[in-house]
Amino acid sequence: MAGIPHDHYEPRSGGEKWLYRRLPIAGLLYDTLMIPTPKNLNWMWIWGIVLTFCLALQIVTGIVLAMHYTPQVDLAFASVEHIMRNVNGGYMIRYLHQNGASLFFIAVYLHIFRGLYYGSYKAPREVTWIIGMLIYLAMMATAFMGYVLPWGQMSFWGATVITGLFGAIPGVGEPIQTWLLGGPAVDNATLNRFFSLHYLLPFVIAALVAVHIWAFHTTGNNNPTGVEVRRGSKEEARRDTLPFWPYFVMKDLFALAVILAIFFAVVGFMPNYLGHPDNYIPANPLATPAHIVPEWYFLPFYAILRAFTADVWVVIAVEWLTFGIIDAKFFGVLAMFGAIAVMALAPWLDTSSVRSGRYRPMFRWWFALLCLNFVVLMWVGAMPAQEPYATISLIASAYWFAYFLIILPLLGVIEKPLPQPATIEDDFNAHHSPSTGGAPVAAE
Amino acid sequence: MIRKITLAAVACLGLSGGLAMAATGDFVPHTTDVAFSFEGPFGTFDRNQLQRGLQVYTEVCSACHGLQHVAIRALSEEGGPKLPEDQVRAYAEQFDIFDPALDDTRPRTPNDHFPGSGMPNAPDLSLMAKARAGFHGPYGTGINQLFRGIGGAEHIYSILTGYTGEEKEEAGALFYENTAFSTGWIAMAPPLSDGQVEFADGHDNSLSSMALDVSAFLMWTAEPKMMARKQSGFVAVAFLSVLAVLLYLTNKRIWANVKGNRRHA
Repeated sequence: MAGIPHDHYEPRSGGEKWLYRRLPIAGLLYDTLMIPTPKNLNWMWIWGIVLTFCLALQIVTGIVLAMHYTPQVDLAFASVEHIMRNVNGGYMIRYLHQNGASLFFIAVYLHIFRGLYYGSYKAPREVTWIIGMLIYLAMMATAFMGYVLPWGQMSFWGATVITGLFGAIPGVGEPIQTWLLGGPAVDNATLNRFFSLHYLLPFVIAALVAVHIWAFHTTGNNNPTGVEVRRGSKEEARRDTLPFWPYFVMKDLFALAVILAIFFAVVGFMPNYLGHPDNYIPANPLATPAHIVPEWYFLPFYAILRAFTADVWVVIAVEWLTFGIIDAKFFGVLAMFGAIAVMALAPWLDTSSVRSGRYRPMFRWWFALLCLNFVVLMWVGAMPAQEPYATISLIASAYWFAYFLIILPLLGVIEKPLPQPATIEDDFNAHHSPSTGGAPVAAE
Repeated sequence: MIRKITLAAVACLGLSGGLAMAATGDFVPHTTDVAFSFEGPFGTFDRNQLQRGLQVYTEVCSACHGLQHVAIRALSEEGGPKLPEDQVRAYAEQFDIFDPALDDTRPRTPNDHFPGSGMPNAPDLSLMAKARAGFHGPYGTGINQLFRGIGGAEHIYSILTGYTGEEKEEAGALFYENTAFSTGWIAMAPPLSDGQVEFADGHDNSLSSMALDVSAFLMWTAEPKMMARKQSGFVAVAFLSVLAVLLYLTNKRIWANVKGNRRHA
């Protein structure tokens, strides 16, 4: 393990030595907590802790909810109302869980876009990035299945639409869809397996999170300059880093407290704002809602799914070239999963030798446009499938792919990067010089 | 940088939203904004209004509709109409329920739920105020809901007061024109009229006043723990704000030596 050189755990007392010979767990905890961390991390590096907190919150509230919930089509909706009305504090636990999912996704998007801006995906952190993408996929699967459990109208019809995507796969689609649903349509078997998997996947995520942390503790954190920590000696490393405890633990806890204050204001005062009101109508297989809309955090990818309709020339060309095997519906499915796949491939698509967007004058603009594009996709995803939204979502989807497949590879060749600081210490001192004694410059 | 991007994104979203929305021309249901007592972070239910709403519901709505998720005992609980327990017991006894243990009907007790809907096409009203809360306008942003508190209670009020008096027959069924209903024509005949319900305290029993009362009551049936929830929210936000200040000071102190910014330490 080519970690950053630092002082390791030494058992001192007799008891510690006794345990250390049998299970070096204290050493593991010590090294994890005292890991040398670049001292110039800004406020965009807090989301990892927020995400860890979200996972714990969702698991704890979810376990309590599962004690009172009934995964059966005739009872599920009423059992959620039972939780809301009769279980002690049940309304709070359920609203925490429901809005906890939103906080989880806000944090994960900020975490991902931070990684995209500061080049955290680049060598040697590709494995961290790929595991992160797997976590994100598992989160989406978990959230989707969780949304089905209250068995409201959007639960039912959302499940019908999304599992229908698998039915679009040529040839084997229909058997796969039936296999996923446990029958020809969304029904009791579907609800039961979704409940089972919704309970299982968070623990898979927890394991992936452990590997994610292991991976970046091996390479060390990225930082806003993208310049690596010096590893020549302990002394050099010490000038670039600070131990995680207490410096970053306290910083992260402060940020977490601020975010949770906002979160609890949402839970306490407007807990249904982010949800769809139709989910307070019990599921009815005979009444299709006017607009089937997924939860807000799926909207960007839902927009990409819907963007490629049969009248788009790319779709027509692909359908002709594949002799009709890839039709518009399947093309949409491929585009949606492809949108995440190209993001996962960013480490190999980005050709620039400079890691941080801070020193990439052209990249910054394209990245800003990507952020804007993401918000636009989120908005059109919630709009009905008609003009002008269809055109807007097509343009925005095209930009998403263009960013990863064309702009990132090209920029590395044509862009002339700005000079980077030689060391993290230089960058840190430029912001907080002990000699100037002035107020610290606000982090980006 | 990130902040600038967010601001730019929000600005552009607003602009494109404004442009995009100029094009729709379908029937747009009208929802009247009402300043209900329970709106906002500090809003509470008006106990007297809930009691009047219960009376309107019982005498008018319950002829067809039901409240199957609401336990009758909730009428005496905190944060609701808070009727005395003997009144709740007497209220429950008005309605019979089939008891499988007796293989016969018996009068309801406070632990039973309200009866469900008596007509198959009259939806249950337990959650109506939450199920109709979606006015994600303008332009799909939900701003109305956020800043003016327009929600399901307003929708119910607007339906009750939105009849124009026009009727039409379609496939053997009568429809009534209603400016608040999604399609503009509703199957429910105008349920309320001026003076229909007599309140014991002589409170205003005009159509719009009764509509307000029953809308507030249905907001309570949909969210009976609203007041407790807001209180928990307030305590949590207050506690976390204090904690955040303490953590801010701690963090600043810890970093002071490193940042060499000793003036504030």
